[in-house]
Amino acid sequence: MRDKPPETFGDRLGRVCLVAFCVAVVVFLILPMLVVVPLSFNAAPHFTFTEGMLRLDPDAYSLRWYRAVLEDDSWLQAVRNSLTIGLAATAIATVLGTLAALGLASPHMPGRGVVTSLLISPLITPIIISAVGMSFFFGDIGLAQTHAGLIFAHAALCTPFVIITVTATLSNYNHNLNRAAASLGAHPVTAFFHVQLPLIAPGVISGALFAFVISLDEVIVVTFLGGLDQRTIPRQMWSGVQEHLNPEILAVATLLALFAALVLTTVEWLRRRGTD
Amino acid sequence: MLSSPRARAGALTLPLIAFLGVTFVAPLGTMLWRSVHEPVVADALPQTLALLEAWDGQAALPEALYQTAAGEFRQLQASRALGGVATRVNRVQGGSRSIIMRTARELHGAAPASWREAMIAAHPAWGEAAIWGAIRQAGQRYTIRHYLNALDLEQDIQGRIVAQPQDQRIYLKLLGNTLAASAAITLICLALGYPLAYLIANTKPRWSNLLLLAVLLPFWSSLLVRSMSWIIMLQKKGVVNDLLVALGLVTEDGRLIMVYNMIGTMVTMTQLLLPFLILPLYAVMRGIPPLHLRAAASLGANPRQAFLHVYWPQTLPGVAAGSLLVFILAIGYYIAPALVGGRTGQFISNLIAYHMQYSLNWGLAAALNFVLLVCVTVILVAYNRLIGIERLRFG
Repeated sequence: MRDKPPETFGDRLGRVCLVAFCVAVVVFLILPMLVVVPLSFNAAPHFTFTEGMLRLDPDAYSLRWYRAVLEDDSWLQAVRNSLTIGLAATAIATVLGTLAALGLASPHMPGRGVVTSLLISPLITPIIISAVGMSFFFGDIGLAQTHAGLIFAHAALCTPFVIITVTATLSNYNHNLNRAAASLGAHPVTAFFHVQLPLIAPGVISGALFAFVISLDEVIVVTFLGGLDQRTIPRQMWSGVQEHLNPEILAVATLLALFAALVLTTVEWLRRRGTD
Repeated sequence: MLSSPRARAGALTLPLIAFLGVTFVAPLGTMLWRSVHEPVVADALPQTLALLEAWDGQAALPEALYQTAAGEFRQLQASRALGGVATRVNRVQGGSRSIIMRTARELHGAAPASWREAMIAAHPAWGEAAIWGAIRQAGQRYTIRHYLNALDLEQDIQGRIVAQPQDQRIYLKLLGNTLAASAAITLICLALGYPLAYLIANTKPRWSNLLLLAVLLPFWSSLLVRSMSWIIMLQKKGVVNDLLVALGLVTEDGRLIMVYNMIGTMVTMTQLLLPFLILPLYAVMRGIPPLHLRAAASLGANPRQAFLHVYWPQTLPGVAAGSLLVFILAIGYYIAPALVGGRTGQFISNLIAYHMQYSLNWGLAAALNFVLLVCVTVILVAYNRLIGIERLRFG
């Protein structure tokens, strides 16, 4: 940039301060997770770095907490519950949310503002309100302490994320493509599956991942609505943290962080594909 | 067949509207109903309540009332339903539960000439108006009592609405604390997030991608894991204190108490919510051409003037969107205060959970929920006016 005025000392100082401040903020953002990961390999049952760990002594590190998790039936049951509830809720949320996003994206949608507010409201409503309401109502209709109850509850909480993600993708979609398909004789349903869905698929998959991640992390509705048979991974962690903080939880936390990194990579990859 | 495009677009949203109607709106409706409908005492003491209805709260009570009440108490005790009734009367007036339970025990199998004297002998409170007023209030089938309670008000024996005694006013204060702490967290997030969003939007793509990743990784990570890692970071024998001791900044005995209090809640929630501020802000900043700042400079503005008059005003939509989102989410937070807040760092959500799980005062929990919902809705309407909710985006 040749037309840029020469940088003065003050400008440079300001820039250095800005960068230093931002580095501090980034450290604040990611440090807590970076601390959990090495501590999960701690050979001693502590939550801080032992001297051996700081000296990088191999004996100070171990996989004992991972082994303990894998041998513990209650954790394995929690994984099964989380997967069942998460996948089923994601399926419902993705189908219903994508359909609704298609409707909301149409220029002819009646009452768009009101309908959008209604459909997004589970996201904005404080989770305790949803959890209390659901525990009353699902209890009344006999769905409390069932897998089905939790699946429906999580699907309701996850749909806003699908709607937001798919709507964002649809805002870049050229609606003339549907008209072109129709003019070539395609039934609207055929046009959707063969023309539109492949093009908005990155957004739909991102939305589904979003929904799954939300369900996988949800603990309050599970606490209020679920019973012993519906204990999920976060519910199991929750009682662990509250009753007896145990390094096994750090091992599970590390695995969840790994999963989050995987999801993030996938979503970013999809987003780049979507914008290309 | 749906011929008009309007009907077709509407029809696509119908399945979800129906689904949320059952799984989300109906639960909120049930909650509203529970907050005003309190049938237990009304069903349990129908005759006593009928006799109390005509009472003005001052006149001496007739023997017939004592006889009826004693009869109904004994019946309820036989069917083991008295405990639930006594608990509900106790919520109107503390201490009533033990009075009722003790009286019922002492009257067991008795056949006195005067029920009035027998009850007063069992407990002198029966000679005074207060407990009868409490029973009458607890017996209202449809009641605004829980809402009064949620707003630190109560009805006195004549039915007037008055403030609760000073030491029992907790809910408005906690709501105020929640709003204040949420506002503080929002401001801290803005102070930390604005420079970072600026740097991400105005640096070389290689760096901006890396920085963005540092924002997105926590965004996608488990809230529970992140809250928990702050316990490990901040606790007395935790990583931060260890580091401070090693650096000689605090002594071994002077380790800071940063968790299980409001500091813990604020630090944790700031980290949890920061991405929700940075992402919308960055989206707005990305759209501001760097040319604007250079134009301002070429017209003679110094960097501070250029920022204040050219850049900052253009970022205001992002500032508003991010701050309001953080504020709304913060008000309803439950997990972080419950895990790291200890006794002093609690939010209103945690008290609602307490009434749901431990005190079992579900009517009050429901009423507090509606007060919270009203707060959030007011802010949401402002958000909608300012930004438009359909423009909510992540990343």
